[in-house]
Amino acid sequence: MLLLAVSIVVSLSIGSAGISVADVWDILLRQLPWLADEQSAHTPGEIAIITQVRLSRVLLAVLVGACLALAGAGFQGVLRNPLADPYTLGVASGSSVGAAFIILFGLQAALGIWTIPLVAFTTGTVTLFGVFWLSRSKGAMQIETLILSGVILQSFLGAFVSFMVSLSQGVVNQIMFWLMGSLAMRSWDNLYMLLPFLALGLPLLLFYAQALNLFVLGERQAAHLGVHVERTKLVVLIASTLLTAAAVSVSGVIGFVGLVVPHLIRLLAGPDYRLIIPLSAIGGGTFVLWADTLARTALSPKEIPLGVVTALIGAPFFAYLLHRRKLKEGSPS
Amino acid sequence: MIEAKEVFQEIQGRTVLEGLSCSFRKGRLYGIIGPNGVGKSTLLHLLSGVTRPKRGEVFFDGQSIASYPRKRLARMMAVLQQGGLPPVGFTVREVVGMGRFPYQNWLGSEERDSEETIETALKAMGLSGLAGRRMDQLSGGERQRVALAKLMAQEPSVILLDEPTTYLDIGYQVQLLDTVRSWQRERELTVIAVLHDLNLASLYCDELVVLHRGKAAAAGTPSEVLSPALIGEVYETSASVVAHPMTGDPQIMLQPQLMKKLD
Repeated sequence: MLLLAVSIVVSLSIGSAGISVADVWDILLRQLPWLADEQSAHTPGEIAIITQVRLSRVLLAVLVGACLALAGAGFQGVLRNPLADPYTLGVASGSSVGAAFIILFGLQAALGIWTIPLVAFTTGTVTLFGVFWLSRSKGAMQIETLILSGVILQSFLGAFVSFMVSLSQGVVNQIMFWLMGSLAMRSWDNLYMLLPFLALGLPLLLFYAQALNLFVLGERQAAHLGVHVERTKLVVLIASTLLTAAAVSVSGVIGFVGLVVPHLIRLLAGPDYRLIIPLSAIGGGTFVLWADTLARTALSPKEIPLGVVTALIGAPFFAYLLHRRKLKEGSPS
Repeated sequence: MIEAKEVFQEIQGRTVLEGLSCSFRKGRLYGIIGPNGVGKSTLLHLLSGVTRPKRGEVFFDGQSIASYPRKRLARMMAVLQQGGLPPVGFTVREVVGMGRFPYQNWLGSEERDSEETIETALKAMGLSGLAGRRMDQLSGGERQRVALAKLMAQEPSVILLDEPTTYLDIGYQVQLLDTVRSWQRERELTVIAVLHDLNLASLYCDELVVLHRGKAAAAGTPSEVLSPALIGEVYETSASVVAHPMTGDPQIMLQPQLMKKLD
Protein backbone atom coordinates (compact mmCIF):
# COMPACT_ATOMS: atom_id res chain seq x y z
CA MET A 1 0.00 0.00 0.00
CA LEU A 2 2.79 2.33 1.01
CA LEU A 3 4.77 1.22 -2.02
CA LEU A 4 1.81 2.04 -4.24
CA ALA A 5 1.47 5.51 -2.71
CA VAL A 6 5.18 6.23 -3.15
CA SER A 7 5.01 4.94 -6.73
CA ILE A 8 2.12 7.25 -7.54
CA VAL A 9 4.04 10.22 -6.16
CA VAL A 10 7.22 9.40 -8.07
CA SER A 11 5.43 8.59 -11.31
CA LEU A 12 3.42 11.79 -11.21
CA SER A 13 6.61 13.74 -10.83
CA ILE A 14 8.39 12.55 -13.94
CA GLY A 15 7.39 12.97 -17.55
CA SER A 16 8.34 14.18 -20.98
CA ALA A 17 7.03 17.75 -20.68
CA GLY A 18 10.03 18.96 -18.71
CA ILE A 19 8.09 20.33 -15.78
CA SER A 20 10.11 20.32 -12.57
CA VAL A 21 9.13 18.11 -9.66
CA ALA A 22 8.44 21.10 -7.43
CA ASP A 23 6.17 22.64 -10.04
CA VAL A 24 4.22 19.40 -10.46
CA TRP A 25 3.37 19.34 -6.78
CA ASP A 26 2.69 23.03 -6.68
CA ILE A 27 0.14 22.55 -9.45
CA LEU A 28 -1.43 19.52 -7.87
CA LEU A 29 -1.76 21.02 -4.44
CA ARG A 30 -3.34 24.13 -5.93
CA GLN A 31 -6.12 21.92 -7.28
CA LEU A 32 -7.25 21.33 -3.73
CA PRO A 33 -9.97 23.87 -3.00
CA TRP A 34 -8.51 25.15 0.27
CA LEU A 35 -5.13 25.85 -1.31
CA ALA A 36 -6.32 27.51 -4.48
CA ASP A 37 -6.38 31.05 -3.12
CA GLU A 38 -3.13 32.42 -4.52
CA GLN A 39 -2.45 33.33 -8.11
CA SER A 40 -0.84 30.44 -9.91
CA ALA A 41 2.58 30.97 -11.39
CA HIS A 42 2.09 28.23 -13.96
CA THR A 43 0.85 28.38 -17.51
CA PRO A 44 -2.54 26.79 -18.28
CA GLY A 45 -0.66 24.35 -20.50
CA GLU A 46 1.42 23.04 -17.65
CA ILE A 47 -1.61 22.75 -15.43
CA ALA A 48 -3.47 20.82 -18.13
CA ILE A 49 -0.59 18.42 -18.62
CA ILE A 50 -0.49 17.58 -14.97
CA THR A 51 -4.20 17.44 -14.12
CA GLN A 52 -5.68 16.27 -17.41
CA VAL A 53 -2.95 14.05 -18.78
CA ARG A 54 -0.55 12.85 -16.18
CA LEU A 55 -2.75 12.44 -13.12
CA SER A 56 -5.45 10.57 -14.99
CA ARG A 57 -2.89 8.38 -16.69
CA VAL A 58 -1.20 7.46 -13.43
CA LEU A 59 -4.49 6.58 -11.77
CA LEU A 60 -5.61 4.67 -14.84
CA ALA A 61 -2.40 2.62 -14.79
CA VAL A 62 -3.10 1.71 -11.17
CA LEU A 63 -6.67 0.66 -11.92
CA VAL A 64 -5.82 -1.33 -15.05
CA GLY A 65 -3.02 -3.11 -13.18
CA ALA A 66 -5.31 -3.90 -10.28
CA CYS A 67 -7.98 -5.34 -12.60
CA LEU A 68 -5.52 -7.51 -14.53
CA ALA A 69 -3.74 -8.83 -11.45
CA LEU A 70 -7.06 -9.60 -9.76
CA ALA A 71 -8.26 -11.43 -12.86
CA GLY A 72 -4.99 -13.39 -12.91
CA ALA A 73 -5.34 -14.37 -9.25
CA GLY A 74 -8.93 -15.43 -9.89
CA PHE A 75 -8.07 -17.55 -12.93
CA GLN A 76 -5.11 -19.18 -11.17
CA GLY A 77 -7.19 -19.98 -8.12
CA VAL A 78 -10.22 -21.46 -9.79
CA LEU A 79 -8.34 -23.37 -12.50
CA ARG A 80 -5.63 -24.42 -10.04
CA ASN A 81 -3.26 -23.53 -12.82
CA PRO A 82 -0.17 -21.46 -11.97
CA LEU A 83 0.28 -20.43 -15.60
CA ALA A 84 -3.19 -18.94 -16.03
CA ASP A 85 -3.59 -15.23 -16.66
CA PRO A 86 -5.96 -13.15 -18.80
CA TYR A 87 -3.29 -13.03 -21.51
CA THR A 88 -2.16 -16.67 -21.60
CA LEU A 89 -5.78 -17.86 -21.50
CA GLY A 90 -6.61 -15.73 -24.53
CA VAL A 91 -9.34 -13.87 -22.66
CA ALA A 92 -7.59 -10.53 -23.07
CA SER A 93 -7.32 -11.00 -26.84
CA GLY A 94 -10.91 -12.21 -26.96
CA SER A 95 -12.03 -9.07 -25.21
CA SER A 96 -9.93 -6.91 -27.51
CA VAL A 97 -11.70 -8.35 -30.56
CA GLY A 98 -15.03 -7.12 -29.23
CA ALA A 99 -13.70 -3.77 -28.10
CA ALA A 100 -11.77 -3.14 -31.32
CA PHE A 101 -14.81 -4.07 -33.41
CA ILE A 102 -17.01 -1.58 -31.59
CA ILE A 103 -14.48 1.24 -31.72
CA LEU A 104 -13.37 0.74 -35.32
CA PHE A 105 -16.90 0.55 -36.66
CA GLY A 106 -18.10 3.43 -34.55
CA LEU A 107 -20.78 1.63 -32.59
CA GLN A 108 -19.81 3.05 -29.19
CA ALA A 109 -23.10 4.84 -28.68
CA ALA A 110 -25.33 1.76 -28.74
CA LEU A 111 -25.40 1.25 -24.96
CA GLY A 112 -23.71 4.38 -23.66
CA ILE A 113 -20.28 4.17 -22.06
CA TRP A 114 -20.89 0.53 -21.13
CA THR A 115 -21.02 -0.62 -24.75
CA ILE A 116 -17.32 -1.36 -25.10
CA PRO A 117 -16.75 -3.23 -21.83
CA LEU A 118 -19.93 -5.27 -22.22
CA VAL A 119 -19.13 -6.34 -25.76
CA ALA A 120 -15.54 -7.03 -24.69
CA PHE A 121 -16.87 -9.13 -21.83
CA THR A 122 -19.07 -11.12 -24.19
CA THR A 123 -16.29 -11.91 -26.64
CA GLY A 124 -13.90 -12.57 -23.76
CA THR A 125 -16.30 -15.10 -22.24
CA VAL A 126 -16.83 -16.80 -25.58
CA THR A 127 -13.04 -17.05 -25.94
CA LEU A 128 -12.67 -18.52 -22.46
CA PHE A 129 -15.17 -21.25 -23.20
CA GLY A 130 -13.55 -21.78 -26.57
CA VAL A 131 -10.25 -22.38 -24.78
CA PHE A 132 -11.92 -24.79 -22.33
CA TRP A 133 -13.53 -26.64 -25.20
CA LEU A 134 -10.26 -26.91 -27.13
CA SER A 135 -8.31 -28.18 -24.15
CA ARG A 136 -10.81 -30.68 -22.81
CA SER A 137 -10.06 -34.33 -23.24
CA LYS A 138 -12.26 -36.90 -21.52
CA GLY A 139 -13.54 -34.37 -19.03
CA ALA A 140 -10.18 -33.52 -17.53
CA MET A 141 -8.19 -30.36 -18.24
CA GLN A 142 -4.44 -30.57 -18.46
CA ILE A 143 -2.60 -27.49 -17.25
CA GLU A 144 -0.28 -27.22 -20.24
CA THR A 145 -2.98 -28.07 -22.79
CA LEU A 146 -5.17 -25.32 -21.40
CA ILE A 147 -2.42 -22.74 -21.76
CA LEU A 148 -1.50 -24.02 -25.22
CA SER A 149 -5.10 -23.60 -26.34
CA GLY A 150 -5.13 -20.15 -24.79
CA VAL A 151 -1.99 -19.07 -26.61
CA ILE A 152 -3.29 -20.46 -29.92
CA LEU A 153 -6.56 -18.56 -29.65
CA GLN A 154 -4.70 -15.49 -28.45
CA SER A 155 -2.53 -15.32 -31.58
CA PHE A 156 -5.50 -16.09 -33.84
CA LEU A 157 -7.61 -13.36 -32.27
CA GLY A 158 -4.65 -10.97 -32.34
CA ALA A 159 -4.38 -11.52 -36.07
CA PHE A 160 -8.12 -10.93 -36.35
CA VAL A 161 -7.83 -7.59 -34.56
CA SER A 162 -4.95 -6.54 -36.81
CA PHE A 163 -7.06 -7.48 -39.82
CA MET A 164 -9.99 -5.39 -38.61
CA VAL A 165 -7.76 -2.42 -37.92
CA SER A 166 -6.21 -2.59 -41.41
CA LEU A 167 -9.65 -2.80 -43.01
CA SER A 168 -10.73 0.42 -41.38
CA GLN A 169 -7.71 2.36 -42.71
CA GLY A 170 -6.40 2.54 -39.19
CA VAL A 171 -2.81 3.49 -38.60
CA VAL A 172 -0.15 1.11 -37.42
CA ASN A 173 -0.30 2.93 -34.14
CA GLN A 174 -3.78 1.61 -33.49
CA ILE A 175 -2.81 -1.96 -34.21
CA MET A 176 0.03 -1.55 -31.77
CA PHE A 177 -2.41 -0.21 -29.24
CA TRP A 178 -4.69 -3.25 -29.41
CA LEU A 179 -1.95 -5.85 -29.49
CA MET A 180 0.58 -4.36 -27.11
CA GLY A 181 -1.55 -2.12 -24.94
CA SER A 182 -1.10 1.52 -24.11
CA LEU A 183 -2.38 4.08 -21.69
CA ALA A 184 -1.58 7.05 -23.89
CA MET A 185 -4.36 9.50 -24.83
CA ARG A 186 -6.83 8.20 -22.27
CA SER A 187 -9.01 10.48 -20.20
CA TRP A 188 -10.89 10.70 -16.93
CA ASP A 189 -13.91 9.10 -18.64
CA ASN A 190 -11.97 5.85 -18.99
CA LEU A 191 -11.18 6.03 -15.31
CA TYR A 192 -14.83 6.38 -14.35
CA MET A 193 -15.71 3.48 -16.62
CA LEU A 194 -13.16 1.17 -15.03
CA LEU A 195 -13.90 2.01 -11.42
CA PRO A 196 -17.27 0.22 -11.04
CA PHE A 197 -15.84 -3.01 -12.46
CA LEU A 198 -13.07 -2.96 -9.89
CA ALA A 199 -15.51 -2.00 -7.15
CA LEU A 200 -17.64 -5.00 -8.09
CA GLY A 201 -14.91 -7.51 -8.91
CA LEU A 202 -12.72 -7.09 -5.85
CA PRO A 203 -15.38 -7.82 -3.19
CA LEU A 204 -16.79 -10.63 -5.30
CA LEU A 205 -13.42 -12.36 -5.49
CA LEU A 206 -12.72 -11.68 -1.81
CA PHE A 207 -16.05 -13.30 -0.95
CA TYR A 208 -14.85 -16.50 -2.61
CA ALA A 209 -11.26 -16.30 -1.31
CA GLN A 210 -11.70 -18.97 1.37
CA ALA A 211 -13.42 -21.27 -1.13
CA LEU A 212 -10.43 -20.79 -3.46
CA ASN A 213 -8.14 -21.85 -0.61
CA LEU A 214 -10.08 -25.11 -0.34
CA PHE A 215 -9.86 -25.54 -4.13
CA VAL A 216 -6.12 -25.99 -3.64
CA LEU A 217 -6.88 -29.35 -2.02
CA GLY A 218 -8.85 -30.42 -5.09
CA GLU A 219 -12.37 -29.76 -6.31
CA ARG A 220 -13.89 -32.86 -4.79
CA GLN A 221 -12.19 -32.17 -1.46
CA ALA A 222 -13.63 -28.64 -1.54
CA ALA A 223 -17.07 -30.05 -2.28
CA HIS A 224 -16.83 -32.39 0.71
CA LEU A 225 -16.10 -29.38 2.89
CA GLY A 226 -19.30 -27.71 1.79
CA VAL A 227 -18.12 -25.49 -1.08
CA HIS A 228 -20.52 -25.03 -4.00
CA VAL A 229 -17.87 -25.98 -6.52
CA GLU A 230 -19.73 -25.20 -9.74
CA ARG A 231 -21.13 -21.92 -8.42
CA THR A 232 -17.71 -20.80 -7.19
CA LYS A 233 -16.09 -21.63 -10.53
CA LEU A 234 -18.75 -19.79 -12.49
CA VAL A 235 -18.72 -16.64 -10.36
CA VAL A 236 -14.92 -16.40 -10.16
CA LEU A 237 -14.49 -17.02 -13.90
CA ILE A 238 -17.13 -14.42 -14.74
CA ALA A 239 -15.69 -11.86 -12.31
CA SER A 240 -12.17 -12.41 -13.66
CA THR A 241 -13.35 -12.16 -17.27
CA LEU A 242 -15.29 -9.02 -16.47
CA LEU A 243 -12.23 -7.39 -14.90
CA THR A 244 -10.14 -8.39 -17.92
CA ALA A 245 -12.71 -7.03 -20.35
CA ALA A 246 -12.90 -3.72 -18.51
CA ALA A 247 -9.13 -3.34 -18.44
CA VAL A 248 -8.75 -4.30 -22.12
CA SER A 249 -11.48 -1.85 -23.14
CA VAL A 250 -9.39 1.09 -21.97
CA SER A 251 -5.83 -0.13 -22.40
CA GLY A 252 -5.70 -2.80 -25.09
CA VAL A 253 -3.98 -6.09 -24.40
CA ILE A 254 -1.32 -5.84 -21.70
CA GLY A 255 0.23 -9.25 -21.17
CA PHE A 256 1.55 -11.13 -18.17
CA VAL A 257 0.45 -8.73 -15.41
CA GLY A 258 -2.00 -11.30 -14.09
CA LEU A 259 0.72 -13.94 -14.21
CA VAL A 260 3.61 -12.13 -12.58
CA VAL A 261 1.87 -10.20 -9.82
CA PRO A 262 -0.09 -12.97 -8.03
CA HIS A 263 3.04 -15.15 -8.11
CA LEU A 264 5.19 -12.49 -6.49
CA ILE A 265 2.47 -11.90 -3.90
CA ARG A 266 2.32 -15.65 -3.25
CA LEU A 267 6.07 -15.71 -2.67
CA LEU A 268 5.80 -12.81 -0.23
CA ALA A 269 2.53 -13.54 1.56
CA GLY A 270 1.99 -17.30 1.24
CA PRO A 271 -0.78 -19.32 -0.38
CA ASP A 272 -3.82 -17.79 1.36
CA TYR A 273 -6.18 -16.23 -1.21
CA ARG A 274 -7.65 -13.97 1.46
CA LEU A 275 -4.31 -12.16 1.29
CA ILE A 276 -3.39 -12.88 -2.32
CA ILE A 277 -6.51 -11.23 -3.74
CA PRO A 278 -6.33 -7.81 -2.08
CA LEU A 279 -2.52 -7.69 -2.30
CA SER A 280 -2.63 -8.61 -5.99
CA ALA A 281 -4.86 -5.61 -6.63
CA ILE A 282 -2.35 -3.31 -4.94
CA GLY A 283 0.66 -5.08 -6.44
CA GLY A 284 -0.88 -5.04 -9.93
CA GLY A 285 -1.52 -1.33 -9.64
CA THR A 286 2.07 -0.70 -8.62
CA PHE A 287 3.50 -2.99 -11.30
CA VAL A 288 1.58 -1.46 -14.21
CA LEU A 289 2.23 2.03 -12.92
CA TRP A 290 5.98 1.42 -13.02
CA ALA A 291 5.75 -0.30 -16.38
CA ASP A 292 3.79 2.62 -17.79
CA THR A 293 6.13 5.18 -16.27
CA LEU A 294 8.98 3.33 -17.92
CA ALA A 295 7.04 3.13 -21.18
CA ARG A 296 6.51 6.88 -21.39
CA THR A 297 9.87 8.07 -20.01
CA ALA A 298 12.54 5.58 -21.09
CA LEU A 299 12.75 6.84 -24.69
CA SER A 300 11.02 10.14 -24.00
CA PRO A 301 9.35 11.81 -25.87
CA LYS A 302 8.76 8.57 -27.77
CA GLU A 303 6.48 6.01 -26.13
CA ILE A 304 7.18 2.31 -25.86
CA PRO A 305 3.93 0.29 -25.97
CA LEU A 306 3.06 -0.71 -22.42
CA GLY A 307 2.62 -4.38 -23.37
CA VAL A 308 6.22 -4.45 -24.58
CA VAL A 309 7.44 -3.48 -21.14
CA THR A 310 5.26 -6.02 -19.31
CA ALA A 311 6.13 -8.75 -21.81
CA LEU A 312 9.85 -8.08 -21.41
CA ILE A 313 9.42 -8.76 -17.72
CA GLY A 314 6.59 -11.29 -17.91
CA ALA A 315 7.64 -13.66 -20.69
CA PRO A 316 10.93 -14.75 -19.06
CA PHE A 317 9.02 -15.16 -15.81
CA PHE A 318 6.47 -17.34 -17.61
CA ALA A 319 9.30 -19.46 -19.02
CA TYR A 320 10.77 -19.78 -15.54
CA LEU A 321 7.46 -21.00 -14.08
CA LEU A 322 7.03 -23.49 -16.91
CA HIS A 323 10.55 -24.77 -16.36
CA ARG A 324 10.03 -25.13 -12.64
CA ARG A 325 6.83 -27.11 -13.23
CA LYS A 326 8.73 -29.49 -15.47
CA LEU A 327 11.39 -30.00 -12.80
CA LYS A 328 8.71 -30.75 -10.23
CA GLU A 329 7.07 -33.34 -12.45
CA GLY A 330 10.37 -34.97 -13.23
CA SER A 331 11.26 -35.53 -9.59
CA PRO A 332 9.89 -38.60 -7.79
CA SER A 333 6.86 -38.47 -5.42
CA MET B 1 -28.88 -43.83 8.90
CA ILE B 2 -27.78 -43.74 5.29
CA GLU B 3 -29.53 -45.66 2.59
CA ALA B 4 -28.89 -46.18 -1.10
CA LYS B 5 -32.00 -47.27 -3.01
CA GLU B 6 -31.66 -48.93 -6.40
CA VAL B 7 -28.84 -46.65 -7.56
CA PHE B 8 -27.52 -46.79 -11.10
CA GLN B 9 -24.31 -45.03 -12.07
CA GLU B 10 -22.11 -44.89 -15.16
CA ILE B 11 -18.46 -43.95 -15.40
CA GLN B 12 -17.27 -42.90 -18.84
CA GLY B 13 -20.12 -44.73 -20.50
CA ARG B 14 -19.59 -47.97 -18.58
CA THR B 15 -22.35 -48.96 -16.17
CA VAL B 16 -20.77 -49.59 -12.79
CA LEU B 17 -23.65 -49.74 -10.35
CA GLU B 18 -26.83 -51.46 -11.51
CA GLY B 19 -29.68 -51.04 -9.09
CA LEU B 20 -27.58 -51.34 -5.95
CA SER B 21 -29.34 -51.05 -2.59
CA CYS B 22 -27.71 -51.02 0.83
CA SER B 23 -28.13 -49.30 4.16
CA PHE B 24 -25.83 -48.17 6.96
CA ARG B 25 -26.99 -47.83 10.55
CA LYS B 26 -25.83 -45.15 12.96
CA GLY B 27 -22.81 -45.77 15.17
CA ARG B 28 -21.36 -48.71 13.30
CA LEU B 29 -18.20 -49.23 11.29
CA TYR B 30 -18.84 -50.53 7.77
CA GLY B 31 -16.45 -51.85 5.20
CA ILE B 32 -17.21 -51.82 1.49
CA ILE B 33 -15.22 -54.52 -0.26
CA GLY B 34 -15.08 -55.99 -3.74
CA PRO B 35 -12.68 -56.49 -6.64
CA ASN B 36 -11.05 -53.68 -8.64
CA GLY B 37 -13.35 -51.58 -10.80
CA VAL B 38 -16.52 -52.85 -9.17
CA GLY B 39 -17.58 -49.33 -8.16
CA LYS B 40 -16.60 -49.09 -4.49
CA SER B 41 -15.36 -45.52 -4.78
CA THR B 42 -18.27 -44.67 -7.06
CA LEU B 43 -20.67 -45.83 -4.37
CA LEU B 44 -18.83 -43.76 -1.77
CA HIS B 45 -19.10 -40.66 -3.99
CA LEU B 46 -22.84 -41.21 -4.23
CA LEU B 47 -23.15 -41.66 -0.46
CA SER B 48 -21.24 -38.39 0.05
CA GLY B 49 -23.90 -36.51 -1.93
CA VAL B 50 -21.34 -34.75 -4.11
CA THR B 51 -22.26 -36.77 -7.18
CA ARG B 52 -25.79 -37.79 -8.01
CA PRO B 53 -26.74 -41.24 -9.23
CA LYS B 54 -28.07 -41.59 -12.75
CA ARG B 55 -31.11 -43.32 -11.34
CA GLY B 56 -32.19 -44.19 -7.81
CA GLU B 57 -31.59 -42.11 -4.72
CA VAL B 58 -29.48 -41.83 -1.59
CA PHE B 59 -31.21 -40.99 1.69
CA PHE B 60 -29.65 -39.46 4.78
CA ASP B 61 -31.85 -39.76 7.88
CA GLY B 62 -34.84 -40.44 5.67
CA GLN B 63 -34.36 -37.33 3.53
CA SER B 64 -32.92 -37.27 0.02
CA ILE B 65 -29.25 -36.34 0.31
CA ALA B 66 -29.57 -33.99 -2.66
CA SER B 67 -32.00 -31.83 -0.64
CA TYR B 68 -29.42 -30.90 2.02
CA PRO B 69 -27.62 -27.56 1.68
CA ARG B 70 -23.93 -28.22 1.00
CA LYS B 71 -22.57 -26.66 4.18
CA ARG B 72 -25.13 -28.37 6.38
CA LEU B 73 -24.21 -31.72 4.86
CA ALA B 74 -20.50 -30.97 5.43
CA ARG B 75 -21.22 -30.38 9.12
CA MET B 76 -22.65 -33.89 9.37
CA MET B 77 -20.48 -35.83 6.97
CA ALA B 78 -16.75 -35.77 6.26
CA VAL B 79 -14.86 -37.61 3.55
CA LEU B 80 -11.29 -38.88 3.45
CA GLN B 81 -10.40 -39.10 -0.20
CA GLN B 82 -8.41 -41.71 -1.98
CA GLY B 83 -4.81 -40.58 -2.53
CA GLY B 84 -4.79 -38.17 0.39
CA LEU B 85 -4.06 -34.46 0.31
CA PRO B 86 -1.82 -32.82 -2.31
CA PRO B 87 1.52 -31.29 -1.18
CA VAL B 88 0.32 -27.69 -1.05
CA GLY B 89 1.99 -24.60 0.40
CA PHE B 90 -0.36 -24.29 3.38
CA THR B 91 0.81 -25.27 6.86
CA VAL B 92 -0.54 -28.30 8.69
CA ARG B 93 -2.51 -26.09 11.06
CA GLU B 94 -4.05 -24.12 8.17
CA VAL B 95 -5.15 -27.30 6.40
CA VAL B 96 -6.65 -28.76 9.58
CA GLY B 97 -8.38 -25.41 10.09
CA MET B 98 -9.98 -25.80 6.65
CA GLY B 99 -12.07 -28.52 8.25
CA ARG B 100 -13.93 -25.68 9.99
CA PHE B 101 -15.13 -24.19 6.69
CA PRO B 102 -18.68 -25.59 6.98
CA TYR B 103 -19.09 -23.76 10.30
CA GLN B 104 -17.92 -20.39 9.02
CA ASN B 105 -20.18 -17.60 7.89
CA TRP B 106 -19.53 -15.59 4.73
CA LEU B 107 -16.95 -13.46 6.53
CA GLY B 108 -14.94 -16.53 7.43
CA SER B 109 -15.54 -16.32 11.18
CA GLU B 110 -17.25 -18.78 13.48
CA GLU B 111 -19.78 -18.34 16.25
CA ARG B 112 -17.60 -20.14 18.75
CA ASP B 113 -13.85 -20.33 18.94
CA SER B 114 -12.52 -23.26 16.92
CA GLU B 115 -8.91 -23.11 18.13
CA GLU B 116 -9.50 -25.80 20.71
CA THR B 117 -11.12 -28.16 18.22
CA ILE B 118 -8.17 -27.75 15.86
CA GLU B 119 -5.69 -28.22 18.69
CA THR B 120 -7.41 -31.42 19.84
CA ALA B 121 -7.42 -32.82 16.33
CA LEU B 122 -3.71 -32.04 15.89
CA LYS B 123 -2.87 -33.70 19.18
CA ALA B 124 -4.99 -36.78 18.48
CA MET B 125 -3.09 -37.40 15.26
CA GLY B 126 0.31 -36.70 16.82
CA LEU B 127 0.78 -33.59 14.69
CA SER B 128 1.33 -30.97 17.39
CA GLY B 129 5.03 -30.83 16.60
CA LEU B 130 4.39 -30.47 12.87
CA ALA B 131 1.63 -27.85 13.09
CA GLY B 132 3.77 -25.07 11.64
CA ARG B 133 5.26 -27.17 8.83
CA ARG B 134 4.14 -26.76 5.25
CA MET B 135 2.29 -29.67 3.63
CA ASP B 136 4.88 -29.93 0.86
CA GLN B 137 7.53 -30.70 3.48
CA LEU B 138 5.72 -33.78 4.80
CA SER B 139 5.84 -37.44 3.82
CA GLY B 140 2.83 -39.23 2.35
CA GLY B 141 2.05 -40.90 5.66
CA GLU B 142 2.20 -37.60 7.54
CA ARG B 143 -0.11 -35.98 4.99
CA GLN B 144 -2.57 -38.81 5.51
CA ARG B 145 -2.56 -38.03 9.22
CA VAL B 146 -3.21 -34.36 8.42
CA ALA B 147 -6.15 -35.42 6.27
CA LEU B 148 -7.57 -37.38 9.19
CA ALA B 149 -6.99 -34.48 11.61
CA LYS B 150 -8.87 -32.21 9.19
CA LEU B 151 -11.74 -34.72 9.26
CA MET B 152 -11.77 -34.57 13.07
CA ALA B 153 -11.82 -30.77 13.03
CA GLN B 154 -14.89 -31.01 10.82
CA GLU B 155 -16.71 -32.73 13.74
CA PRO B 156 -18.98 -34.90 11.61
CA SER B 157 -21.32 -37.67 12.73
CA VAL B 158 -20.62 -39.74 9.63
CA ILE B 159 -17.24 -40.29 8.02
CA LEU B 160 -16.55 -41.86 4.67
CA LEU B 161 -13.07 -43.24 4.03
CA ASP B 162 -11.94 -44.12 0.52
CA GLU B 163 -9.11 -46.66 0.75
CA PRO B 164 -7.48 -44.88 3.69
CA THR B 165 -4.68 -47.41 4.05
CA THR B 166 -3.36 -47.44 0.48
CA TYR B 167 0.30 -46.41 0.29
CA LEU B 168 0.76 -46.90 4.05
CA ASP B 169 2.98 -49.63 5.45
CA ILE B 170 1.38 -52.18 7.77
CA GLY B 171 2.40 -50.29 10.92
CA TYR B 172 0.66 -47.12 9.75
CA GLN B 173 -2.33 -49.09 8.43
CA VAL B 174 -3.01 -50.51 11.87
CA GLN B 175 -2.30 -47.17 13.56
CA LEU B 176 -4.72 -45.33 11.28
CA LEU B 177 -7.54 -47.83 11.64
CA ASP B 178 -7.01 -48.01 15.41
CA THR B 179 -7.38 -44.23 15.57
CA VAL B 180 -10.53 -44.34 13.47
CA ARG B 181 -11.97 -47.16 15.56
CA SER B 182 -11.39 -45.44 18.92
CA TRP B 183 -12.66 -42.12 17.59
CA GLN B 184 -15.72 -43.89 16.19
CA ARG B 185 -16.49 -45.56 19.56
CA GLU B 186 -15.92 -42.40 21.54
CA ARG B 187 -18.36 -40.28 19.53
CA GLU B 188 -20.63 -43.05 18.20
CA LEU B 189 -19.82 -42.13 14.63
CA THR B 190 -21.02 -43.95 11.58
CA VAL B 191 -17.98 -44.94 9.53
CA ILE B 192 -18.15 -46.27 5.98
CA ALA B 193 -14.76 -47.28 4.61
CA VAL B 194 -13.81 -48.63 1.21
CA LEU B 195 -11.13 -51.18 1.97
CA HIS B 196 -8.94 -53.23 -0.28
CA ASP B 197 -7.50 -55.56 2.32
CA LEU B 198 -10.08 -58.16 3.34
CA ASN B 199 -8.18 -59.15 6.48
CA LEU B 200 -8.02 -55.57 7.76
CA ALA B 201 -11.70 -55.14 6.88
CA SER B 202 -12.55 -58.25 8.86
CA LEU B 203 -10.55 -57.09 11.89
CA TYR B 204 -11.99 -53.58 12.11
CA CYS B 205 -15.48 -53.54 10.60
CA ASP B 206 -18.74 -54.34 12.36
CA GLU B 207 -20.33 -55.15 9.03
CA LEU B 208 -19.19 -55.65 5.46
CA VAL B 209 -20.92 -54.90 2.17
CA VAL B 210 -19.58 -56.90 -0.75
CA LEU B 211 -20.00 -55.37 -4.19
CA HIS B 212 -20.21 -57.65 -7.19
CA ARG B 213 -21.55 -57.04 -10.70
CA GLY B 214 -23.06 -53.67 -9.82
CA LYS B 215 -25.02 -54.92 -6.83
CA ALA B 216 -24.47 -55.72 -3.16
CA ALA B 217 -23.71 -59.44 -3.34
CA ALA B 218 -23.67 -59.85 0.43
CA ALA B 219 -23.95 -57.78 3.60
CA GLY B 220 -23.49 -58.67 7.24
CA THR B 221 -20.86 -59.29 9.89
CA PRO B 222 -17.44 -60.44 8.67
CA SER B 223 -18.08 -64.00 9.85
CA GLU B 224 -21.40 -64.10 7.99
CA VAL B 225 -19.96 -62.69 4.80
CA LEU B 226 -16.41 -63.97 4.40
CA SER B 227 -16.73 -67.53 3.20
CA PRO B 228 -14.56 -69.43 0.73
CA ALA B 229 -17.59 -69.73 -1.54
CA LEU B 230 -18.19 -65.98 -1.68
CA ILE B 231 -14.52 -65.20 -2.23
CA GLY B 232 -14.41 -67.76 -4.99
CA GLU B 233 -17.42 -66.18 -6.65
CA VAL B 234 -16.48 -62.52 -6.27
CA TYR B 235 -12.70 -62.58 -6.64
CA GLU B 236 -12.45 -65.71 -8.81
CA THR B 237 -9.74 -67.20 -6.69
CA SER B 238 -9.73 -69.97 -4.12
CA ALA B 239 -8.90 -69.19 -0.53
CA SER B 240 -9.13 -70.73 2.92
CA VAL B 241 -10.79 -68.86 5.73
CA VAL B 242 -9.37 -69.33 9.23
CA ALA B 243 -10.14 -67.69 12.56
CA HIS B 244 -7.73 -65.06 13.82
CA PRO B 245 -5.82 -66.59 16.76
CA MET B 246 -6.44 -63.54 18.99
CA THR B 247 -9.75 -62.04 17.93
CA GLY B 248 -11.50 -64.95 16.24
CA ASP B 249 -12.35 -62.80 13.20
CA PRO B 250 -12.25 -64.61 9.87
CA GLN B 251 -8.95 -64.18 8.02
CA ILE B 252 -8.32 -65.06 4.42
CA MET B 253 -5.47 -67.37 3.47
CA LEU B 254 -4.79 -67.17 -0.25
CA GLN B 255 -4.01 -70.30 -2.23
CA PRO B 256 -1.63 -70.22 -5.18
CA GLN B 257 -2.49 -72.31 -8.23
CA LEU B 258 0.91 -73.99 -8.13
CA MET B 259 2.41 -75.10 -4.86
CA LYS B 260 6.08 -74.44 -4.17
CA LYS B 261 8.23 -77.51 -4.66
CA LEU B 262 8.31 -79.67 -1.58
CA ASP B 263 11.59 -81.21 -0.52
